[in-house]
Amino acid sequence: MKITRETVEYVAHLARLDLNAGEIDAYTRQIDSILEYMDSLNALDTDGVEPTSHPVPVACVMREDAVRDSFTAEESVSNAPARTDTFFKVPPIIEVE
Amino acid sequence: MDILNSTIVQLREMLKKKEVSSVELTGYYLDRIGKYNGEILAYLRTTDDHAMEMAREADERISRGEDAPLLGIPLGMKDILCTKGIETTCASNILKGFVPPYDATVIRKLKEAGFVHLGRLNMDEFAMGSSTENSAFQTTANPWDTSRIPGGSSGGSAAAVASGLCVGALGTDTGGSIRQPASLCGVIGMKPTYGRVSRYGLIAFASSLDQIGPFSRTVSDCATMLGVIAGHDPLDSTSIPEPVPDYQSFLGRDIKGQRIGIPGEYFVEGMEEDVRKNYEENLQLLKDQGAELVDVSLPHTRHAVATYYIICTAEASSNLARYDGVKYGLREEGKDIIDMYKKTRFAGFGKEVKRRIILGTYVLSSGYYDAYYRKAGKVRTLIRRDFDAAFASCDLIVTPVSPTTAFKVGERLEDPLTMYLSDIFTIPVNLAGLPGISIPGGFDRKGLPIGLQIIGKPLDEGRMLQAAHVFESVKKMPTIPERYR
Repeated sequence: MKITRETVEYVAHLARLDLNAGEIDAYTRQIDSILEYMDSLNALDTDGVEPTSHPVPVACVMREDAVRDSFTAEESVSNAPARTDTFFKVPPIIEVE
Repeated sequence: MDILNSTIVQLREMLKKKEVSSVELTGYYLDRIGKYNGEILAYLRTTDDHAMEMAREADERISRGEDAPLLGIPLGMKDILCTKGIETTCASNILKGFVPPYDATVIRKLKEAGFVHLGRLNMDEFAMGSSTENSAFQTTANPWDTSRIPGGSSGGSAAAVASGLCVGALGTDTGGSIRQPASLCGVIGMKPTYGRVSRYGLIAFASSLDQIGPFSRTVSDCATMLGVIAGHDPLDSTSIPEPVPDYQSFLGRDIKGQRIGIPGEYFVEGMEEDVRKNYEENLQLLKDQGAELVDVSLPHTRHAVATYYIICTAEASSNLARYDGVKYGLREEGKDIIDMYKKTRFAGFGKEVKRRIILGTYVLSSGYYDAYYRKAGKVRTLIRRDFDAAFASCDLIVTPVSPTTAFKVGERLEDPLTMYLSDIFTIPVNLAGLPGISIPGGFDRKGLPIGLQIIGKPLDEGRMLQAAHVFESVKKMPTIPERYR
Protein backbone atom coordinates (compact mmCIF):
# COMPACT_ATOMS: atom_id res chain seq x y z
CA MET A 1 0.00 0.00 0.00
CA LYS A 2 1.26 3.45 -0.94
CA ILE A 3 -1.25 5.21 1.25
CA THR A 4 -3.23 4.42 4.40
CA ARG A 5 -6.59 5.56 5.79
CA GLU A 6 -4.70 7.66 8.34
CA THR A 7 -2.81 9.47 5.57
CA VAL A 8 -6.04 10.24 3.75
CA GLU A 9 -7.54 11.58 6.98
CA TYR A 10 -4.46 13.70 7.66
CA VAL A 11 -4.38 15.10 4.11
CA ALA A 12 -8.12 15.85 4.33
CA HIS A 13 -7.42 17.83 7.49
CA LEU A 14 -4.68 19.79 5.67
CA ALA A 15 -7.19 20.50 2.89
CA ARG A 16 -9.84 21.55 5.45
CA LEU A 17 -12.19 18.92 4.14
CA ASP A 18 -14.41 16.60 6.17
CA LEU A 19 -14.86 13.12 4.73
CA ASN A 20 -17.25 10.38 5.83
CA ALA A 21 -16.07 6.82 6.48
CA GLY A 22 -17.19 5.59 3.07
CA GLU A 23 -15.28 8.36 1.32
CA ILE A 24 -12.13 7.66 3.32
CA ASP A 25 -12.29 3.98 2.33
CA ALA A 26 -12.96 4.69 -1.33
CA TYR A 27 -10.31 7.41 -1.62
CA THR A 28 -7.69 5.30 0.15
CA ARG A 29 -8.25 2.49 -2.32
CA GLN A 30 -8.50 4.67 -5.43
CA ILE A 31 -5.66 7.05 -4.61
CA ASP A 32 -3.47 4.08 -3.76
CA SER A 33 -3.87 2.68 -7.28
CA ILE A 34 -3.47 6.14 -8.84
CA LEU A 35 -0.24 6.74 -6.91
CA GLU A 36 1.04 3.35 -7.93
CA TYR A 37 0.39 4.31 -11.54
CA MET A 38 2.14 7.66 -10.99
CA ASP A 39 5.22 5.89 -9.68
CA SER A 40 5.93 4.86 -13.27
CA LEU A 41 7.54 8.30 -13.60
CA ASN A 42 10.35 7.12 -11.33
CA ALA A 43 11.64 4.96 -14.18
CA LEU A 44 12.59 8.14 -16.04
CA ASP A 45 15.99 9.71 -15.57
CA THR A 46 15.31 13.41 -15.03
CA ASP A 47 18.65 14.42 -13.49
CA GLY A 48 19.59 17.91 -14.59
CA VAL A 49 16.18 18.57 -16.19
CA GLU A 50 14.62 21.88 -15.16
CA PRO A 51 10.95 21.48 -14.16
CA THR A 52 8.33 23.32 -16.24
CA SER A 53 5.88 25.25 -14.12
CA HIS A 54 4.48 27.17 -17.05
CA PRO A 55 4.18 26.13 -20.70
CA VAL A 56 4.89 29.60 -22.07
CA PRO A 57 7.84 31.36 -20.48
CA VAL A 58 6.67 34.77 -19.29
CA ALA A 59 9.07 37.29 -17.81
CA CYS A 60 8.03 39.53 -14.96
CA VAL A 61 5.01 41.41 -16.30
CA MET A 62 4.85 45.10 -15.37
CA ARG A 63 2.08 47.63 -15.72
CA GLU A 64 1.77 51.29 -14.99
CA ASP A 65 0.88 52.08 -11.38
CA ALA A 66 -2.26 53.99 -12.29
CA VAL A 67 -5.53 54.51 -10.42
CA ARG A 68 -8.41 52.60 -11.98
CA ASP A 69 -11.91 51.50 -11.08
CA SER A 70 -12.34 48.45 -8.90
CA PHE A 71 -15.23 46.72 -7.16
CA THR A 72 -17.19 48.72 -4.63
CA ALA A 73 -17.33 47.34 -1.10
CA GLU A 74 -20.96 46.43 -1.73
CA GLU A 75 -20.08 44.45 -4.87
CA SER A 76 -17.24 42.70 -3.04
CA VAL A 77 -19.50 41.28 -0.36
CA SER A 78 -22.56 40.82 -2.58
CA ASN A 79 -22.19 37.02 -2.58
CA ALA A 80 -21.18 36.57 1.07
CA PRO A 81 -23.17 33.85 2.85
CA ALA A 82 -23.06 35.98 6.02
CA ARG A 83 -22.27 39.68 6.34
CA THR A 84 -22.66 42.76 8.48
CA ASP A 85 -22.80 45.95 6.42
CA THR A 86 -19.90 45.59 4.02
CA PHE A 87 -17.97 43.08 6.13
CA PHE A 88 -17.69 39.33 5.76
CA LYS A 89 -19.00 37.65 8.89
CA VAL A 90 -17.24 34.52 10.20
CA PRO A 91 -17.49 32.36 13.33
CA PRO A 92 -15.27 33.44 16.26
CA ILE A 93 -11.58 32.75 15.64
CA ILE A 94 -10.25 33.83 19.05
CA GLU A 95 -12.51 33.20 22.02
CA VAL A 96 -12.58 36.00 24.59
CA GLU A 97 -13.22 34.92 28.17
CA MET B 1 -33.76 30.50 -45.15
CA ASP B 2 -31.81 27.77 -43.40
CA ILE B 3 -30.81 29.18 -40.02
CA LEU B 4 -29.53 25.88 -38.62
CA ASN B 5 -27.06 25.25 -41.45
CA SER B 6 -25.75 28.77 -41.89
CA THR B 7 -22.33 29.84 -40.68
CA ILE B 8 -21.91 32.92 -38.51
CA VAL B 9 -20.53 34.77 -41.53
CA GLN B 10 -23.69 33.85 -43.51
CA LEU B 11 -26.01 34.73 -40.61
CA ARG B 12 -24.28 38.10 -40.31
CA GLU B 13 -25.03 38.73 -44.00
CA MET B 14 -28.67 37.79 -43.45
CA LEU B 15 -28.87 40.10 -40.44
CA LYS B 16 -27.28 42.96 -42.36
CA LYS B 17 -29.72 42.52 -45.26
CA LYS B 18 -32.62 42.43 -42.73
CA GLU B 19 -33.64 38.95 -43.96
CA VAL B 20 -33.75 37.95 -40.33
CA SER B 21 -33.49 39.82 -37.02
CA SER B 22 -31.49 38.85 -33.98
CA VAL B 23 -34.75 38.65 -32.03
CA GLU B 24 -35.98 36.05 -34.55
CA LEU B 25 -32.71 34.12 -34.43
CA THR B 26 -32.74 34.15 -30.64
CA GLY B 27 -36.40 33.09 -30.54
CA TYR B 28 -35.59 30.28 -32.96
CA TYR B 29 -32.86 28.90 -30.70
CA LEU B 30 -34.82 29.40 -27.47
CA ASP B 31 -37.68 27.42 -29.08
CA ARG B 32 -35.29 24.63 -30.00
CA ILE B 33 -33.91 24.61 -26.46
CA GLY B 34 -37.48 24.40 -25.11
CA LYS B 35 -38.15 21.48 -27.41
CA TYR B 36 -34.96 19.43 -27.01
CA ASN B 37 -33.13 20.40 -23.83
CA GLY B 38 -35.39 18.10 -21.79
CA GLU B 39 -33.75 15.08 -23.43
CA ILE B 40 -30.24 16.46 -24.04
CA LEU B 41 -29.84 18.37 -20.74
CA ALA B 42 -27.10 20.51 -22.27
CA TYR B 43 -28.25 23.74 -20.62
CA LEU B 44 -28.33 24.07 -16.85
CA ARG B 45 -30.30 27.31 -17.15
CA THR B 46 -31.40 29.50 -20.02
CA THR B 47 -31.35 33.26 -19.67
CA ASP B 48 -34.38 34.00 -21.87
CA ASP B 49 -35.17 37.58 -20.80
CA HIS B 50 -31.54 38.54 -20.82
CA ALA B 51 -31.12 36.91 -24.26
CA MET B 52 -34.09 38.75 -25.77
CA GLU B 53 -32.84 42.03 -24.34
CA MET B 54 -29.40 41.45 -25.89
CA ALA B 55 -31.07 40.49 -29.18
CA ARG B 56 -33.14 43.69 -29.23
CA GLU B 57 -30.00 45.68 -28.49
CA ALA B 58 -28.19 43.89 -31.33
CA ASP B 59 -31.03 44.69 -33.73
CA GLU B 60 -30.78 48.36 -32.77
CA ARG B 61 -27.03 48.35 -33.35
CA ILE B 62 -27.61 46.68 -36.73
CA SER B 63 -30.23 49.24 -37.75
CA ARG B 64 -27.73 52.00 -36.87
CA GLY B 65 -25.44 50.39 -39.45
CA GLU B 66 -23.02 48.96 -36.89
CA ASP B 67 -20.96 45.91 -37.81
CA ALA B 68 -19.27 43.45 -35.46
CA PRO B 69 -18.31 39.80 -35.99
CA LEU B 70 -20.97 38.34 -33.65
CA LEU B 71 -23.58 41.09 -33.72
CA GLY B 72 -26.91 39.35 -33.09
CA ILE B 73 -25.50 35.78 -32.93
CA PRO B 74 -26.90 33.52 -30.14
CA LEU B 75 -24.27 31.49 -28.29
CA GLY B 76 -24.19 29.23 -25.22
CA MET B 77 -21.65 29.58 -22.41
CA LYS B 78 -20.04 26.91 -20.27
CA ASP B 79 -21.09 27.62 -16.69
CA ILE B 80 -17.48 28.28 -15.66
CA LEU B 81 -17.16 31.73 -17.26
CA CYS B 82 -18.05 34.54 -14.87
CA THR B 83 -20.83 36.66 -16.32
CA LYS B 84 -21.99 39.81 -14.60
CA GLY B 85 -25.45 39.43 -13.08
CA ILE B 86 -25.86 35.82 -14.30
CA GLU B 87 -25.65 32.88 -11.88
CA THR B 88 -22.37 31.03 -12.50
CA THR B 89 -22.06 27.69 -10.66
CA CYS B 90 -19.29 25.60 -12.25
CA ALA B 91 -21.90 22.82 -11.90
CA SER B 92 -21.07 22.71 -8.18
CA ASN B 93 -23.27 22.93 -5.10
CA ILE B 94 -20.60 25.05 -3.46
CA LEU B 95 -21.20 27.86 -5.98
CA LYS B 96 -24.97 27.52 -6.28
CA GLY B 97 -26.48 31.00 -6.35
CA PHE B 98 -23.15 32.74 -7.05
CA VAL B 99 -23.77 35.85 -9.16
CA PRO B 100 -20.47 37.37 -10.33
CA PRO B 101 -20.19 41.15 -10.07
CA TYR B 102 -18.00 41.20 -13.19
CA ASP B 103 -17.55 39.73 -16.66
CA ALA B 104 -14.76 37.36 -17.65
CA THR B 105 -12.64 38.99 -20.36
CA VAL B 106 -14.01 36.57 -22.99
CA ILE B 107 -17.58 37.52 -22.03
CA ARG B 108 -16.68 41.22 -22.29
CA LYS B 109 -15.19 40.62 -25.73
CA LEU B 110 -18.22 38.63 -26.89
CA LYS B 111 -20.48 41.44 -25.69
CA GLU B 112 -18.45 44.02 -27.58
CA ALA B 113 -18.73 41.78 -30.65
CA GLY B 114 -22.52 41.77 -30.16
CA PHE B 115 -23.33 38.19 -29.12
CA VAL B 116 -26.58 37.05 -27.53
CA HIS B 117 -26.23 35.00 -24.32
CA LEU B 118 -28.67 32.06 -24.52
CA GLY B 119 -27.79 30.28 -21.31
CA ARG B 120 -25.40 28.32 -19.15
CA LEU B 121 -24.06 24.98 -20.32
CA ASN B 122 -23.53 21.89 -18.19
CA MET B 123 -20.08 20.54 -17.35
CA ASP B 124 -18.29 18.27 -14.92
CA GLU B 125 -18.05 20.02 -11.56
CA PHE B 126 -15.14 22.49 -11.69
CA ALA B 127 -14.30 21.01 -15.12
CA MET B 128 -13.04 17.79 -13.51
CA GLY B 129 -14.17 14.88 -15.61
CA SER B 130 -14.59 13.43 -19.08
CA SER B 131 -18.35 12.78 -19.22
CA THR B 132 -20.41 15.51 -17.40
CA GLU B 133 -21.37 12.76 -14.93
CA ASN B 134 -19.56 14.77 -12.25
CA SER B 135 -21.97 17.70 -12.62
CA ALA B 136 -23.78 18.30 -9.33
CA PHE B 137 -27.00 18.95 -11.26
CA GLN B 138 -27.44 16.71 -14.33
CA THR B 139 -25.73 14.40 -16.81
CA THR B 140 -25.89 15.64 -20.39
CA ALA B 141 -26.82 13.14 -23.11
CA ASN B 142 -24.90 12.56 -26.32
CA PRO B 143 -27.19 13.71 -29.17
CA TRP B 144 -26.02 10.79 -31.35
CA ASP B 145 -27.12 8.24 -28.74
CA THR B 146 -28.78 9.58 -25.63
CA SER B 147 -27.81 6.51 -23.55
CA ARG B 148 -24.19 7.65 -23.90
CA ILE B 149 -22.16 10.46 -22.38
CA PRO B 150 -21.25 13.52 -24.48
CA GLY B 151 -17.69 13.65 -23.17
CA GLY B 152 -16.40 16.26 -20.78
CA SER B 153 -15.82 18.39 -19.09
CA SER B 154 -17.42 20.78 -21.63
CA GLY B 155 -20.06 18.17 -22.50
CA GLY B 156 -22.94 20.65 -22.32
CA SER B 157 -21.22 22.92 -24.86
CA ALA B 158 -20.54 20.04 -27.27
CA ALA B 159 -24.03 18.53 -26.98
CA ALA B 160 -25.74 21.93 -27.39
CA VAL B 161 -23.82 22.62 -30.59
CA ALA B 162 -24.37 19.08 -31.91
CA SER B 163 -28.13 19.21 -31.33
CA GLY B 164 -28.47 22.71 -32.76
CA LEU B 165 -29.33 24.43 -29.48
CA CYS B 166 -27.02 27.39 -30.25
CA VAL B 167 -24.90 28.58 -33.17
CA GLY B 168 -21.72 28.04 -31.18
CA ALA B 169 -20.49 27.88 -27.62
CA LEU B 170 -17.46 28.44 -25.45
CA GLY B 171 -15.85 25.76 -23.36
CA THR B 172 -12.62 25.28 -21.48
CA ASP B 173 -9.87 22.70 -21.90
CA THR B 174 -7.41 21.64 -19.20
CA GLY B 175 -6.57 18.12 -20.40
CA GLY B 176 -8.93 17.71 -23.34
CA SER B 177 -12.18 19.16 -22.01
CA ILE B 178 -12.99 20.90 -25.32
CA ARG B 179 -11.51 18.45 -27.83
CA GLN B 180 -12.76 15.18 -26.31
CA PRO B 181 -16.46 16.19 -26.07
CA ALA B 182 -16.22 17.81 -29.54
CA SER B 183 -14.92 14.47 -30.84
CA LEU B 184 -17.56 12.40 -29.06
CA CYS B 185 -20.39 14.71 -30.22
CA GLY B 186 -19.14 15.14 -33.80
CA VAL B 187 -18.55 18.90 -33.74
CA ILE B 188 -15.55 21.22 -33.92
CA GLY B 189 -13.74 22.26 -30.75
CA MET B 190 -10.50 24.15 -30.40
CA LYS B 191 -8.12 24.61 -27.52
CA PRO B 192 -5.98 27.62 -28.47
CA THR B 193 -2.33 28.06 -27.49
CA TYR B 194 -1.90 28.58 -23.75
CA GLY B 195 -1.98 32.37 -23.34
CA ARG B 196 -3.75 33.09 -26.64
CA VAL B 197 -7.05 33.73 -24.80
CA SER B 198 -7.30 35.56 -21.47
CA ARG B 199 -8.31 33.42 -18.50
CA TYR B 200 -9.51 36.38 -16.43
CA GLY B 201 -12.92 35.44 -15.04
CA LEU B 202 -12.53 31.76 -15.91
CA ILE B 203 -13.07 29.90 -12.64
CA ALA B 204 -9.67 28.27 -12.17
CA PHE B 205 -9.09 24.51 -12.10
CA ALA B 206 -5.40 24.10 -13.05
CA SER B 207 -3.98 27.48 -13.95
CA SER B 208 -0.93 26.35 -15.94
CA LEU B 209 -3.16 24.20 -18.18
CA ASP B 210 -6.61 25.86 -18.45
CA GLN B 211 -7.54 27.53 -21.72
CA ILE B 212 -10.84 28.83 -23.15
CA GLY B 213 -11.92 27.94 -26.69
CA PRO B 214 -14.83 27.73 -29.14
CA PHE B 215 -17.24 24.95 -30.17
CA SER B 216 -18.93 25.12 -33.56
CA ARG B 217 -20.42 23.14 -36.42
CA THR B 218 -18.11 24.69 -39.04
CA VAL B 219 -14.43 25.60 -39.18
CA SER B 220 -15.44 29.07 -40.33
CA ASP B 221 -17.41 29.66 -37.11
CA CYS B 222 -14.48 28.42 -35.05
CA ALA B 223 -12.28 30.99 -36.81
CA THR B 224 -14.84 33.76 -36.20
CA MET B 225 -15.20 33.06 -32.48
CA LEU B 226 -11.47 32.58 -31.93
CA GLY B 227 -10.80 35.92 -33.59
CA VAL B 228 -13.15 37.61 -31.11
CA ILE B 229 -11.88 36.01 -27.89
CA ALA B 230 -8.12 35.90 -28.63
CA GLY B 231 -5.63 38.56 -27.64
CA HIS B 232 -3.56 40.00 -24.84
CA ASP B 233 -5.28 41.11 -21.65
CA PRO B 234 -3.59 43.16 -18.92
CA LEU B 235 -5.82 41.31 -16.42
CA ASP B 236 -4.15 37.98 -17.26
CA SER B 237 -0.37 38.19 -17.03
CA THR B 238 -0.01 34.85 -18.81
CA SER B 239 -1.81 36.10 -21.92
CA ILE B 240 0.55 36.54 -24.87
CA PRO B 241 1.11 40.08 -26.20
CA GLU B 242 0.99 39.10 -29.88
CA PRO B 243 -1.42 40.55 -32.45
CA VAL B 244 -4.41 38.39 -33.43
CA PRO B 245 -4.39 37.40 -37.12
CA ASP B 246 -7.51 37.41 -39.31
CA TYR B 247 -8.29 33.71 -38.94
CA GLN B 248 -10.87 33.77 -41.75
CA SER B 249 -8.05 34.63 -44.16
CA PHE B 250 -6.59 31.12 -43.70
CA LEU B 251 -9.75 29.41 -44.96
CA GLY B 252 -9.85 28.33 -48.58
CA ARG B 253 -6.07 27.90 -48.90
CA ASP B 254 -4.83 24.44 -49.87
CA ILE B 255 -2.43 22.30 -47.84
CA LYS B 256 -0.05 21.29 -50.63
CA GLY B 257 3.40 20.71 -49.24
CA GLN B 258 2.34 21.03 -45.58
CA ARG B 259 4.26 18.47 -43.57
CA ILE B 260 2.00 16.50 -41.24
CA GLY B 261 3.66 14.59 -38.40
CA ILE B 262 2.33 11.16 -37.41
CA PRO B 263 3.51 10.12 -33.93
CA GLY B 264 4.05 6.35 -33.78
CA GLU B 265 3.49 6.38 -30.01
CA TYR B 266 -0.17 7.32 -30.54
CA PHE B 267 -1.07 3.87 -31.89
CA VAL B 268 -1.81 2.76 -28.34
CA GLU B 269 -3.20 -0.41 -26.91
CA GLY B 270 -6.88 0.07 -26.16
CA MET B 271 -7.56 2.14 -29.26
CA GLU B 272 -10.77 0.89 -30.84
CA GLU B 273 -10.41 -0.76 -34.24
CA ASP B 274 -12.88 1.65 -35.86
CA VAL B 275 -11.03 4.65 -34.44
CA ARG B 276 -7.73 3.39 -35.81
CA LYS B 277 -9.17 2.62 -39.25
CA ASN B 278 -10.82 6.03 -39.43
CA TYR B 279 -7.58 7.73 -38.42
CA GLU B 280 -5.67 5.95 -41.17
CA GLU B 281 -8.33 6.85 -43.76
CA ASN B 282 -8.19 10.48 -42.72
CA LEU B 283 -4.40 10.59 -42.97
CA GLN B 284 -4.78 9.29 -46.53
CA LEU B 285 -7.31 12.05 -47.24
CA LEU B 286 -4.83 14.70 -46.09
CA LYS B 287 -2.15 13.10 -48.24
CA ASP B 288 -4.49 13.12 -51.24
CA GLN B 289 -4.93 16.85 -50.66
CA GLY B 290 -1.22 17.36 -51.09
CA ALA B 291 0.08 17.16 -47.53
CA GLU B 292 3.30 15.30 -46.93
CA LEU B 293 3.06 12.71 -44.14
CA VAL B 294 6.13 12.51 -41.91
CA ASP B 295 6.85 10.01 -39.13
CA VAL B 296 7.63 11.76 -35.85
CA SER B 297 8.34 10.49 -32.36
CA LEU B 298 6.90 11.70 -29.04
CA PRO B 299 8.71 9.20 -26.80
CA HIS B 300 7.38 10.45 -23.44
CA THR B 301 3.70 10.15 -24.43
CA ARG B 302 3.08 7.21 -22.10
CA HIS B 303 4.12 9.31 -19.11
CA ALA B 304 1.75 12.18 -19.92
CA VAL B 305 -1.29 10.98 -17.97
CA ALA B 306 0.62 10.46 -14.71
CA THR B 307 2.37 13.81 -15.14
CA TYR B 308 -0.89 15.57 -15.87
CA TYR B 309 -2.79 14.17 -12.89
CA ILE B 310 -0.03 15.19 -10.49
CA ILE B 311 0.14 18.74 -11.85
CA CYS B 312 -3.58 19.34 -12.31
CA THR B 313 -4.60 17.96 -8.92
CA ALA B 314 -1.85 19.95 -7.18
CA GLU B 315 -2.98 23.17 -8.85
CA ALA B 316 -6.64 22.32 -8.22
CA SER B 317 -6.10 21.70 -4.50
CA SER B 318 -4.57 25.16 -4.27
CA ASN B 319 -7.14 26.93 -6.49
CA LEU B 320 -10.09 25.37 -4.70
CA ALA B 321 -8.88 26.50 -1.29
CA ARG B 322 -10.87 29.69 -1.91
CA TYR B 323 -14.19 27.88 -1.37
CA ASP B 324 -14.36 28.26 2.37
CA GLY B 325 -17.89 29.51 3.09
CA VAL B 326 -16.73 33.09 3.69
CA LYS B 327 -16.66 35.09 0.46
CA TYR B 328 -19.30 33.42 -1.72
CA GLY B 329 -21.26 30.26 -2.23
CA LEU B 330 -22.34 27.69 0.31
CA ARG B 331 -21.74 27.86 4.07
CA GLU B 332 -22.41 25.11 6.59
CA GLU B 333 -22.24 26.22 10.21
CA GLY B 334 -19.56 24.68 12.45
CA LYS B 335 -18.41 24.99 16.03
CA ASP B 336 -15.47 27.20 15.04
CA ILE B 337 -14.05 28.58 11.84
CA ILE B 338 -11.99 25.47 10.93
CA ASP B 339 -15.00 23.26 11.53
CA MET B 340 -17.10 25.61 9.37
CA TYR B 341 -14.54 25.31 6.53
CA LYS B 342 -14.51 21.53 6.76
CA LYS B 343 -18.27 21.10 6.89
CA THR B 344 -18.83 23.59 4.07
CA ARG B 345 -16.34 21.85 1.79
CA PHE B 346 -17.68 18.41 2.75
CA ALA B 347 -21.23 19.45 1.81
CA GLY B 348 -20.36 21.57 -1.21
CA PHE B 349 -17.92 19.49 -3.26
CA GLY B 350 -18.75 16.33 -5.21
CA LYS B 351 -16.91 13.00 -5.23
CA GLU B 352 -14.41 13.66 -8.02
CA VAL B 353 -13.54 17.15 -6.79
CA LYS B 354 -12.83 15.80 -3.29
CA ARG B 355 -10.75 12.98 -4.75
CA ARG B 356 -8.62 15.48 -6.66
CA ILE B 357 -8.25 17.83 -3.69
CA ILE B 358 -6.99 14.93 -1.57
CA LEU B 359 -4.60 13.70 -4.28
CA GLY B 360 -3.37 17.23 -5.02
CA THR B 361 -2.84 18.06 -1.36
CA TYR B 362 -0.96 14.78 -0.93
CA VAL B 363 1.46 15.35 -3.84
CA LEU B 364 2.20 18.86 -2.52
CA SER B 365 2.59 17.81 1.11
CA SER B 366 5.87 17.85 2.92
CA GLY B 367 7.93 14.75 2.13
CA TYR B 368 6.14 13.97 -1.14
CA TYR B 369 6.61 17.24 -3.04
CA ASP B 370 9.90 16.26 -4.68
CA ALA B 371 8.81 12.71 -5.49
CA TYR B 372 5.60 13.76 -7.20
CA TYR B 373 5.12 17.44 -7.97
CA ARG B 374 8.72 18.31 -8.78
CA LYS B 375 9.22 15.07 -10.70
CA ALA B 376 6.09 15.77 -12.76
CA GLY B 377 7.38 19.24 -13.60
CA LYS B 378 10.58 17.69 -14.94
CA VAL B 379 8.73 15.12 -17.03
CA ARG B 380 6.60 17.98 -18.33
CA THR B 381 9.82 19.52 -19.65
CA LEU B 382 10.64 16.25 -21.44
CA ILE B 383 7.16 16.17 -23.00
CA ARG B 384 7.56 19.77 -24.21
CA ARG B 385 10.93 18.90 -25.71
CA ASP B 386 9.36 15.94 -27.55
CA PHE B 387 7.03 18.35 -29.33
CA ASP B 388 9.82 20.85 -30.04
CA ALA B 389 11.85 18.07 -31.67
CA ALA B 390 8.86 16.75 -33.64
CA PHE B 391 7.96 20.20 -34.94
CA ALA B 392 11.46 20.59 -36.33
CA SER B 393 10.42 18.20 -39.10
CA CYS B 394 6.70 18.97 -39.53
CA ASP B 395 4.21 21.85 -39.58
CA LEU B 396 1.25 20.10 -37.93
CA ILE B 397 0.76 16.88 -35.99
CA VAL B 398 -2.37 14.84 -36.63
CA THR B 399 -3.66 12.24 -34.15
CA PRO B 400 -6.93 10.73 -32.92
CA VAL B 401 -8.70 12.68 -30.16
CA SER B 402 -9.91 9.82 -28.01
CA PRO B 403 -9.02 6.10 -28.18
CA THR B 404 -12.73 5.23 -28.05
CA THR B 405 -16.07 6.69 -29.13
CA ALA B 406 -18.71 7.79 -26.60
CA PHE B 407 -19.22 5.32 -23.77
CA LYS B 408 -22.42 4.49 -21.88
CA VAL B 409 -23.60 6.60 -18.95
CA GLY B 410 -22.24 5.03 -15.74
CA GLU B 411 -19.75 2.76 -17.50
CA ARG B 412 -16.53 4.28 -16.10
CA LEU B 413 -17.83 6.08 -13.05
CA GLU B 414 -16.34 3.77 -10.42
CA ASP B 415 -12.97 3.46 -12.12
CA PRO B 416 -11.26 6.87 -12.10
CA LEU B 417 -7.97 5.60 -13.52
CA THR B 418 -9.63 4.21 -16.69
CA MET B 419 -11.49 7.49 -17.05
CA TYR B 420 -8.19 9.38 -16.71
CA LEU B 421 -6.41 7.15 -19.24
CA SER B 422 -8.95 7.98 -21.94
CA ASP B 423 -7.39 11.47 -22.17
CA ILE B 424 -4.05 10.13 -23.42
CA PHE B 425 -4.16 11.95 -26.82
CA THR B 426 -5.27 15.33 -25.54
CA ILE B 427 -3.31 15.75 -22.30
CA PRO B 428 0.19 16.11 -23.82
CA VAL B 429 -1.03 19.13 -25.81
CA ASN B 430 -2.01 20.96 -22.61
CA LEU B 431 1.23 20.02 -20.87
CA ALA B 432 3.15 21.58 -23.77
CA GLY B 433 0.80 24.60 -24.02
CA LEU B 434 0.11 23.92 -27.71
CA PRO B 435 -3.05 24.59 -29.72
CA GLY B 436 -5.19 21.61 -30.75
CA ILE B 437 -8.45 21.28 -32.65
CA SER B 438 -10.88 18.37 -32.91
CA ILE B 439 -12.81 18.07 -36.16
CA PRO B 440 -15.42 15.46 -37.14
CA GLY B 441 -13.59 12.62 -38.90
CA GLY B 442 -16.19 9.90 -39.35
CA PHE B 443 -18.42 7.42 -37.54
CA ASP B 444 -17.83 4.01 -36.00
CA ARG B 445 -20.01 0.98 -36.83
CA LYS B 446 -22.47 2.04 -34.10
CA GLY B 447 -22.94 5.41 -35.78
CA LEU B 448 -21.00 7.31 -33.11
CA PRO B 449 -18.75 10.23 -34.12
CA ILE B 450 -14.97 9.92 -34.27
CA GLY B 451 -12.85 13.08 -34.10
CA LEU B 452 -9.52 13.94 -35.67
CA GLN B 453 -7.05 16.11 -33.77
CA ILE B 454 -4.76 18.63 -35.46
CA ILE B 455 -2.00 19.98 -33.20
CA GLY B 456 -0.05 23.11 -34.11
CA LYS B 457 3.03 25.01 -33.04
CA PRO B 458 2.45 27.78 -30.49
CA LEU B 459 0.24 30.54 -31.99
CA ASP B 460 -0.14 28.62 -35.26
CA GLU B 461 -3.96 28.37 -35.01
CA GLY B 462 -4.28 29.85 -38.51
CA ARG B 463 -2.49 26.94 -40.16
CA MET B 464 -4.56 24.45 -38.12
CA LEU B 465 -7.78 26.12 -39.28
CA GLN B 466 -6.48 26.06 -42.85
CA ALA B 467 -5.93 22.27 -42.71
CA ALA B 468 -9.19 21.72 -40.81
CA HIS B 469 -11.07 23.67 -43.46
CA VAL B 470 -9.58 21.63 -46.31
CA PHE B 471 -10.50 18.45 -44.43
CA GLU B 472 -14.04 19.68 -43.75
CA SER B 473 -14.58 20.69 -47.39
CA VAL B 474 -13.60 17.24 -48.68
CA LYS B 475 -15.13 15.13 -45.91
CA LYS B 476 -18.51 16.94 -45.70
CA MET B 477 -19.54 15.42 -42.37
CA PRO B 478 -23.03 15.92 -40.93
CA THR B 479 -22.66 17.64 -37.54
CA ILE B 480 -26.28 17.35 -36.35
CA PRO B 481 -27.96 13.94 -35.88
CA GLU B 482 -31.04 13.43 -38.07
CA ARG B 483 -33.48 13.73 -35.17
CA TYR B 484 -32.41 17.32 -34.50
CA ARG B 485 -32.03 18.58 -38.09
